Amino acid sequence: MDGSLTRRKPRITKGIDMAYTNKVIEHYENPRNVGSLPKEDPHVGTGIVGAPECGDVMKLQIRVNDSGVIEDAKFKTFGCGSAIASSSLATEWLKGKTVDQALEIKNTQIVEELSLPPVKIHCSVLAEDAIKAAIVDYKSKSTK
Amino acid sequence: MTTKTYTSDNPLYLDYHATTPVDPRVLEKMLPYFTQNFGNSGSRNHAFGWKAEAAVEKAREQVAALIHATAKEILFTGGATESDNLAILGVAEMYKDKGKHIITCVTEHKAVLDPCKHLEENGYTVTWLGVDKNGQISLDELRNAITPETILVSIMHANNEIGTLQPVAEIGKLCKEKGVLFHTDAVQSVGRVPVDVEAMNIDLLSLSAHKIYGPKGVGGLYVRRRNPRVRLAPLFFGGGQERGMRSGTLNVPGIVGLGEACEIARKELGSEAERIKQLRDRLWAGLQKNLDELYLNGHPTDTLPGNLNVSFAFVEGESLMMGIKDLAVSSGSACTSASLEPSHVLRALGVREDLAHTSIRFGLGRFTTEADVDYALQRIVSEAARLREMSPLYEMMKEGIDLETVQWTGH
Repeated sequence: MDGSLTRRKPRITKGIDMAYTNKVIEHYENPRNVGSLPKEDPHVGTGIVGAPECGDVMKLQIRVNDSGVIEDAKFKTFGCGSAIASSSLATEWLKGKTVDQALEIKNTQIVEELSLPPVKIHCSVLAEDAIKAAIVDYKSKSTK
Repeated sequence: MTTKTYTSDNPLYLDYHATTPVDPRVLEKMLPYFTQNFGNSGSRNHAFGWKAEAAVEKAREQVAALIHATAKEILFTGGATESDNLAILGVAEMYKDKGKHIITCVTEHKAVLDPCKHLEENGYTVTWLGVDKNGQISLDELRNAITPETILVSIMHANNEIGTLQPVAEIGKLCKEKGVLFHTDAVQSVGRVPVDVEAMNIDLLSLSAHKIYGPKGVGGLYVRRRNPRVRLAPLFFGGGQERGMRSGTLNVPGIVGLGEACEIARKELGSEAERIKQLRDRLWAGLQKNLDELYLNGHPTDTLPGNLNVSFAFVEGESLMMGIKDLAVSSGSACTSASLEPSHVLRALGVREDLAHTSIRFGLGRFTTEADVDYALQRIVSEAARLREMSPLYEMMKEGIDLETVQWTGH
């Protein structure tokens, strides 16, 4: 292969605009479903993932009705624009899904939908973890 | 006054520590030296050279006057990074028979840290002094660190991130007593606060044009000529310009610009510093009035007039920057720099990592107006408040949960 003419992938190391797609910016500016549900409610599952010293913490909550369908989803996120967008998107996708369907949401789908660059993939992983944590919390309550 | 509108493509500039625009008065003085007076200041045989040389010598006087030096003690360089390297590596080479120990500080600029690291890898010993929570070194620690082997102490005057002023006069006095050379990187302080190499016992001082409304690509190095006479080994070799310490054709228009920038600073520094400090205080008071849980990074009083470095707790720095794209500011957050670490300066202060992630550096300067500050305030307050409404940490804090005791799931 002629190395001299191969295209190099642009490296994203710095800057804000470079790292964000329009979809991320749109979610950041108009986040869906920001808020909180009552944690103690047996129909509500809460997942909190991440750590402040890592620069992102996501809280994701679901309210599940008696037929196992997620009626409502809310989030609060401390993190960069991609983290906010990932959790905002996750709440949109969760609404109307059953708990089992929700477990099938993969971080790669979030990466694809938001066109996240490699340095921001961890945001999507965090969103998937938050969904799983919220479902685990809900299930632990409903089996009681 | 007309209100300007700012956008992400045309933001309000509040990053005067990074660089400053060239003052139109400076540009005006520079322009003839690009075209009609384009001579090489080293050409001794014709008027083109003489005019260039006269301009360079005038600039040398102007720079010297600002820092209370004499013209012969000023060297022109390609910028402050070069000045720092020349001072540190030049002293290290010249005085290596006397000793191979250098003392510096962990919050220095990379242009000081990296040449010191280079020396450390090449047989020198370097003592890296820490700082207190406000960013100042301890004079006792410095005194105890000096050994008979010590040839140089390099401590910056003002920090570029947090604005903290080091006690350079006390450091200079101590170095003088101990017979050790004292270099200070004064890039952020020259032209912004008074600098006096005599009163402060400074032996070497780095300065830059583009931080004081001059052009980029030109800097200066003050090298003391008497009591003691400081000698430097050059970094590069060639035509022997600048008394052999800095070979290379002089950047005449740039030097003219640096000289004029120093002249303006000397005349206006007092009133300008006062005006800028008031704007900075207005910004800080306005933020505190409208937002809780703010933390000032740096020294509360011993600081540059235009610097404000604030941690907006519970709001991630990069997301805040994204929300205020119409303001050109800097963040100490990991995400905006190539490295994944928060700023080495904030870490050295002992700022908690979560707070380091939320820091914004504002730099106010000559062309910042009160209307600009009010605009910035309104934008930052509304965006920080919006992001806090979205922040699970802010909610937990409000519920009375101690975030230190929470078991987080790192990733």
